[in-house]
Amino acid sequence: MNALAETGRVFTLAAQVARMSFTTRPQVRETVEQFWFIASVTILPAALVSIPFGAVIALQVGSLTRQLGAESFTGAASVLAIVQQASPLVTALLVAGAGGSAICADLGARTIREEMDAMEVMGISPVQRLVVPRVHAAMGVAVLLNGLVSTVGVVGGYFFNVIMQNGTPGAYLASFSALAHLPDLWVSEIKALIFGFIAGVVAANRGISAKGGPKGVGDAVNQSVVLAFLLLFFVNLVITAIYLRVVPPKGA
Amino acid sequence: MGIEVEADGLTKSFGRHTVWRDVSLTLPAGEISVMLGPSGTGKTVFLKTLVGLVRPERGRVVINGVDIVSCRERQLYRTRRLMGVMFQDGALFGSMNLYDNIAFPLREHTRRNERQIRSIVEEKMAMVGLSGAESKLPGEISGGMRKRAGLARALVLDPEFILCDEPDSGLDPVRTAYLSQLLIDLNAQIDATILIVTHNIQMARTVPDNIGMLYRRQLVTFGPREVLLTSDEPVVAQFLNGRRSGPIGMSEEKDAAATAAEAMTEPDLDDVRGVVPQLTPTPGQPYRQAAARRQERVMRILHQLPPAAQQGILAGRHEVSHERTG
Ligand SMILES: Nc1ncnc2c1ncn2[C@@H]1O[C@H](COP(=O)(O)OP(=O)(O)OP(=O)(O)O)[C@@H](O)[C@H]1O
Ligand SMILES: [Mg+2]
Repeated sequence: MNALAETGRVFTLAAQVARMSFTTRPQVRETVEQFWFIASVTILPAALVSIPFGAVIALQVGSLTRQLGAESFTGAASVLAIVQQASPLVTALLVAGAGGSAICADLGARTIREEMDAMEVMGISPVQRLVVPRVHAAMGVAVLLNGLVSTVGVVGGYFFNVIMQNGTPGAYLASFSALAHLPDLWVSEIKALIFGFIAGVVAANRGISAKGGPKGVGDAVNQSVVLAFLLLFFVNLVITAIYLRVVPPKGA
Repeated sequence: MGIEVEADGLTKSFGRHTVWRDVSLTLPAGEISVMLGPSGTGKTVFLKTLVGLVRPERGRVVINGVDIVSCRERQLYRTRRLMGVMFQDGALFGSMNLYDNIAFPLREHTRRNERQIRSIVEEKMAMVGLSGAESKLPGEISGGMRKRAGLARALVLDPEFILCDEPDSGLDPVRTAYLSQLLIDLNAQIDATILIVTHNIQMARTVPDNIGMLYRRQLVTFGPREVLLTSDEPVVAQFLNGRRSGPIGMSEEKDAAATAAEAMTEPDLDDVRGVVPQLTPTPGQPYRQAAARRQERVMRILHQLPPAAQQGILAGRHEVSHERTG
């Protein structure tokens, strides 16, 4: 029953944020500030994680394609894996883990200090004033990070494939156009956008319903990260399944 | 003029714990009312119910023709612009300095330029005695200062309904006296309806026009100040005198044996019940309209009040007319 009520709250907040994104005056300053803040806590870890991630995928795919005798497709296969799966998920983990926990802790602390109540009685909606800018910032950072992680991952993958596995640079690049096409990049960015939204809403929801003093805020942060991870992996599955059905793979 | 606030049949529970039930009262427009009650009787919850932060299970709160409990969100936010709330712990925004905290409602709700904002903020900060502390962060000041800053922030939009949650707790007696005077002067200046939640007896005796008391999940009384100040109810008498002997215990209730034992051991202190003169605005401030309005109102219901209260009111009537001519 509790889980059900919680789900209800997350969806209500999500709907509210979505509606307010279009119906209320955008809080430009708060959004920009939050964007920089979330970016500042996620960019460095993202870059650091994406190099080994790209490398691992390149190595794995490289050895697999060699076993299958499809070495000429190594480049395309690892790029697709990085851009479509690895990158949005790395982004999601960082935005939810580093960005979301910061959002949740910040809003939670404000809630137990009654700042939210104070804002409400001033006739200002905390959702509009605080939550919407944070969710938008999380979405923006997710898209930015996704681009970054994809680029670093692809470059890292190329480097490892060509240098370590003696792949041919020409074949690696040529196979791009054989298997990959533009929608692959789009779906990656759309995924990132959706993941940013989910991470932001889940974190904000836990934050604004924090209670029971400082310990309550700690618990809220913990729960928000776990819940966001669960949701993100599930949603990733759904989006991937839909995408693979709806958009025919190139060359098929 | 301030707005009338009507609470009707309010009941609030958290889970199985009922905070209070069937609370009905009307805060007369422009008058000052005090809600008394021992710790934990739900005074803060009551205040939050009046501003729509807490949703009661039953009842209505009608402000300016709007039922806060059941109205739409848009209307709730609009009605809230008429209110100024001073929270028990100040509820300042931790990331902003005092100046920005107090300027916040002006920046959000008005199109005033920075110079106008500065003059308003400085005036309110001087009013609560915080001049010079503009650049301090809430974490760097004392609890009493946080409270006064919270009051200043509640006042910047010239509210018609001001709610103060324990304005005196955390303040020394001198500051409390200044604050009591400030609330009276404020009422004289802007004629706003004011509700003060407190357990400070001195403040309750000298500031309000009306007093109510919450106890044992009920509103014990609410009415003209003379009624509670002259009341024979054991709870009221114990509370006003701040004694151990009486129905109020350390936790909510206590048994008869403990009550009798305490009556034996407690030294006989002065009984401070009785009507004392209400504070009047500082010389130079405008005449307090509420005093005259209240007088008319109370005279109309005089015959319904207990004899002791009637006497108190009639004695006080002298003072009101005196003040107006003097
Ligand atoms: N959000 C909440 N959830 C559960 N119980 C609550 C909540 N808020 C208040 N209560 C309970 O309601 C009761 C009244 O609390 P309230 O804060 O209104 O007391 P109070 O009269 O303001 O006390 P004090 O004078 O100490 O400030 C308490 O028993 C408290 O535990
Ligand atoms: Mg309280």
